[in-house]
Amino acid sequence: MVTYKFKPKSKLREFVGEKFMALNAFTALIVILLIFIFIFKESLPIFTNSDVRKEAGISRMVFKQQYYEGRDPKWSWQPNSEVPKYSLLPLFLGTLKAAIVAMLFAVPLAVGAAIYSSEFAPPRIREIIKPVIELLAGIPSVVLGFFALIVLATVLQKMFGFTYRLNAINADMALGLAIIPIVYTIAEDAMTSVPKSLREAAMAVGANPWQVSFTMVLPAALPGIAAGIVLGFGRAVGETMIVLLASGNAAIISAGFTESIRTLSATIAAELAEVVFGSAHYNVLFFIGTLLFVFTFLVNLGGELVLTRIKERFQGRTR
Amino acid sequence: MNGATKDAAMNSTLANLGARRKSSGVIPKGLTVLAVIIIVLMLGVILANVILGGIGIISWEFLTSPPEHGMEAGGIFPAIFGTVALVFLMLITGVPVGVLTAIYLHEYTQPDSKVTRLIRIGINNLAGVPSIVFGMFGLGFFVGFVGRGIDSALFSGAGPVWGQPAIIWAAMTLALLTLPVVIISTEEALKTIPGELKDASYALGATKLQTIARVILPRAMPGIFTGAILAISRGAGEVAPIMFTGVAYYLPYLPGKLNDQFMELGYHIYVMATQSPDVEKTRPILYGTVLVLLVLTFLLNFLAIFIRSRLRMRRLYG
Repeated sequence: MVTYKFKPKSKLREFVGEKFMALNAFTALIVILLIFIFIFKESLPIFTNSDVRKEAGISRMVFKQQYYEGRDPKWSWQPNSEVPKYSLLPLFLGTLKAAIVAMLFAVPLAVGAAIYSSEFAPPRIREIIKPVIELLAGIPSVVLGFFALIVLATVLQKMFGFTYRLNAINADMALGLAIIPIVYTIAEDAMTSVPKSLREAAMAVGANPWQVSFTMVLPAALPGIAAGIVLGFGRAVGETMIVLLASGNAAIISAGFTESIRTLSATIAAELAEVVFGSAHYNVLFFIGTLLFVFTFLVNLGGELVLTRIKERFQGRTR
Repeated sequence: MNGATKDAAMNSTLANLGARRKSSGVIPKGLTVLAVIIIVLMLGVILANVILGGIGIISWEFLTSPPEHGMEAGGIFPAIFGTVALVFLMLITGVPVGVLTAIYLHEYTQPDSKVTRLIRIGINNLAGVPSIVFGMFGLGFFVGFVGRGIDSALFSGAGPVWGQPAIIWAAMTLALLTLPVVIISTEEALKTIPGELKDASYALGATKLQTIARVILPRAMPGIFTGAILAISRGAGEVAPIMFTGVAYYLPYLPGKLNDQFMELGYHIYVMATQSPDVEKTRPILYGTVLVLLVLTFLLNFLAIFIRSRLRMRRLYG
């Protein structure tokens, strides 16, 4: 009879406990949704409010605009000038320049290091390399930005004689350092998870260790490495503090890499604090935030799908 | 599918082997070693530069006194205090959510169920959201929506009380940003707990909740601890998410209430590096601040790596 009194109470507690945990588990999903809603909401006037649309509508952001009588139309980002100019093209170009050069710098190093530590390194050295690269990942981005601003910029200017001390290359090298750990970790993971049977098969037909690595493991791990590169690209596009500190932040349209760049993320960081709440400028900044969010969301989703699919294939799991 | 891939890979290997049987692979191997050396060198140069530049100014006084003369003299105590207070609030608000999420995923759901997959996609995507977007979200949601909501409900018309940038909003923004770190570490620890222990607990008549509270949680403590440490080291270095949600350029007082603003090490570095009227004069203090932040995050990282490697040993060797 004691159990009769005890059980319902306990069952309720079990039920409430489980549901409470489930609620917590959905936090991440709910937050993702809330992020989109709250950032997109603030950019809505660009589409709905006719005054804002006249000043900073989609066509104003995308196409060349003639801002003054008798001058050529152009793309320009000058939201604080007398005639506010909201063209996103200089910012897109800056972001693209930053991300692509950073990738060119980071990917060979990260993938090379991943190949070495997964294929050739003696176990003891591997146990050193991994924490060292984790340390690199542990450097706050503001510190990397600081280093690029104070030290690297001066060194690079002396070495190559750049006209502008703060330029795309300077920011890109620091940005590359931030991306190396991401690409390295995923690439290394992809290579170590290649099934042993594949390695053994290659060895059985007479391949030496490096042939096993380069003709068997590397091709098999390629989708994983590609996913790592894509995720690194996503990070490069969203990274803020490094480019804010090290790139010079001038919104210029040019093909060169020795001039300043201004990225989407740095624009938000530099301007949101001083913007008038609810102004067209404010709405445009949140629109840029929406673009950043949607872009990184798609990149992450794609990379994630590839990685899970590879893992399933390598483990030979059938569902 | 599986077999076909293997066959294709086998064929390409056989073809390649025929072509390059003689080469010993010194060059490709050497290139990978070179990549490692370059990365380690760059890390070394940065660390050496920061340590050599900053070690001279570090003193008890530097760590315990406030900035003076527009940050050209004095110490960085308010920034250290603000950083500690910030990550403390971040842990209180974030770790419980992360731990409960991990337990739910590991103990209550099937690993391949639709719900689990959906939650996992959410967690992985949260980890990839740019930190500046978190900052905008913190401004729009915590400051604008929650804060102003509280104000209009409780303090109608008395000016902003909670609806302004504050340390609690910055901490909660960081808590969301570091949530995936906590979840993943906790889950790693949960995986090391042998099923026999749970079975024994159930056999003694314990309910699921009792088993979780008395058997699983104590054993998962090192993992939770690791997650918290990694969250601190990540959170202490993030600047973009707190820029609009509560950090201040300079404050003459320390934050004492949840709705106060605060100073923070990373933001202090940013401010000194970009807005100082005389860069040469602030340089020693700037380097000192960077060194303090680096030492703080590295010590925490080392601790986390150490605990995690012990955890891995336990999983491998019991």
